[in-house]
Amino acid sequence: MLRIKNINTFYGQVHAIKNISLHLAEGEIVTLIGANGAGKTTLLNSLSGIVPPKTGQILFNETEINHLAPHKIVRMGVSQVPEGRQVFKPLSVEDNLELGAYLNYGIKGGKAQAKKDMEMVYELFPILRQRRKQLAGTLSGGEQQMLAIGRALMAKPRLLLLDEPSMGLAPMIVQEILKVIANLSREKKTTILLVEQNARAALKIAHRGYVLETGRLILEGTADELLENKDVQRAYLGRDKKEIWER
Amino acid sequence: MNIWDPTHECISRDELEQLQLERLQATINRVNKNVVHYRKQFNDLSVVPEDMISLTDLSKLPLTSKDDINRNYPYGMFAVPLREVVRIHSSSGIGAKPMVAGYTKNDIRIWSNLVARFMTAAGVTHDDLVQVTFHYGLFTGAFGLHYGAETIGASVIPMGTGNTERQIMIMQDYKSTVLVSTPSYALELAFRLEQLGINPKSLSLKVGLLGGEPWSETMRTQIEQGLAINATDNYGLSEVIGPGIAGECSCKNGLHLYEDAFLPEIIDPDTGKVLPAGQEGELVITTLTKEAFPLIRYRTRDITSLDYAPCACGRTLVRMKRISRRSDDMLIIRGVNVYPSQIQEAVFGAVQGEAPYQIVIERTAAMDSMEVIIEITDKIFALELQKQRSFLELVKKRITSITGINASVKLVEANSIPRQEGKIKRVLDRRKI
Repeated sequence: MLRIKNINTFYGQVHAIKNISLHLAEGEIVTLIGANGAGKTTLLNSLSGIVPPKTGQILFNETEINHLAPHKIVRMGVSQVPEGRQVFKPLSVEDNLELGAYLNYGIKGGKAQAKKDMEMVYELFPILRQRRKQLAGTLSGGEQQMLAIGRALMAKPRLLLLDEPSMGLAPMIVQEILKVIANLSREKKTTILLVEQNARAALKIAHRGYVLETGRLILEGTADELLENKDVQRAYLGRDKKEIWER
Repeated sequence: MNIWDPTHECISRDELEQLQLERLQATINRVNKNVVHYRKQFNDLSVVPEDMISLTDLSKLPLTSKDDINRNYPYGMFAVPLREVVRIHSSSGIGAKPMVAGYTKNDIRIWSNLVARFMTAAGVTHDDLVQVTFHYGLFTGAFGLHYGAETIGASVIPMGTGNTERQIMIMQDYKSTVLVSTPSYALELAFRLEQLGINPKSLSLKVGLLGGEPWSETMRTQIEQGLAINATDNYGLSEVIGPGIAGECSCKNGLHLYEDAFLPEIIDPDTGKVLPAGQEGELVITTLTKEAFPLIRYRTRDITSLDYAPCACGRTLVRMKRISRRSDDMLIIRGVNVYPSQIQEAVFGAVQGEAPYQIVIERTAAMDSMEVIIEITDKIFALELQKQRSFLELVKKRITSITGINASVKLVEANSIPRQEGKIKRVLDRRKI
């Protein structure tokens, strides 16, 4: 469904994404693993059109999207849940969710559909229903994350880009959110690209993964293979931090 | 018809090329970071990993030969620290030193699944009893097939080589259904069954997974009749991974090369130029999934051609023609790779100088034998009879320790080996395959 070929993305002079190719098949959960500054968020931003790549090609269901504006990419079915949630704090939970469906409002029957989708989000995250009149700024971190995911789902994405959904959350909440993500893939057949610091948790729910290092992909493999890979273990699973070159 | 890994074995060309590109880029990034040999070569050519934007860009990179591996003996070309390696295998190098290959846990797992592909293609299932008659040791054949069979869930009988009567007894009593061997050993078994008056149909054997040396369709017919089995070919090189690079399906019309793990190219062995699809030339392999010992554009020295036409079995992976010859002077004797240069090393080492010699290879029944004929030189002549005998022993020992196989050695009179234009034909291969 998604196919990226040789993209290069720059922040000014900084070459942040170096010739990356990757793909996602329909219904897959794929995780991007990498240290801080490896280029994970930049890669997501390149996909969603926020920082378009300078060269290379991004095909979403065979359509080239690398030159499209972010809102057009959202309309095609790619939603991003940004790092640090970024919910609209002065607005209520319900308003936040409605904003997620903003692009579909103009379409005939869009409003009715949005109501249905909101029900779906409330079923996924029952706590949001309880809090629907509350201001988003008063929610806990975990609830804000749920809201951010819910808001992205309101745009009816076929591909969901998740940036560090577990960041700053208690382990219990992380488990819950990852469970919902796994369910989205299993039941709603949403394809998911998941960026996570918590590599072990991400690999547990992912089918495959890619390892990014200073803007380059250095490894592709099934989740099991990556869990077993010593480089991944050392760098991202917090195991044995000795020097690599010690022959 | 069963397919072990339909996601990869029946992948569309388009999806395959995307996957190959991703894995190629990741592999190049890893070797550039972790293997000094490759980093230096890329630097010398001013190639950066970012230059690899399509599969054809691979041809910008230099070829890797056995010499390169030799120069980095033993671990210089590993891409992971040694303590992440869980297995070491090796195969004959061109000189006295072997080529060393390392495997991580993932490498072993991926290898097992690749072998499971051609085993499944030959009809092996978890109900089978697999008798492995390869040598368990540094050689990759036995372990590769062993793991493949276990991955499928079949029962493995790890016999090892030799003792043909005992192999037949086990085959009869344990009711082995699958034979893993070299083609020549399969033929040897067939001859022995005939001698012993055992009807092959009285055995439970149904499949033969044969590899390790080139064989012909005539041999296949003889083996299939003599053992009453369905015999398929498989291909591998110890330094690349072992068996599991390619294997035949039931169509027996070429070996499917597992392109999701190995990127093949066909080159002109003389110029090194990449040849267009379908042409015959030397197979060059780039590994796409290996962690411990990745190889970039490795020259296999095997001559073949690739056929991208779809196969009736449903697999989409390219088919490689069965290997018929090599682009170097390597000999395969009883499934073991031997270079004439290794024999020379053994002979000259023992003589402590040069001596005219010739290597003669014969096949009686189905067994290969190697004899090294050395002409008496003044230096050898000066030795007492006793010492001459121990000299022969010494040569034999050196050959065995360098190549891993036994040879007979004999001394002949000076100038008695026939010469052509003053030159001795180094190798006399009298085998008819």
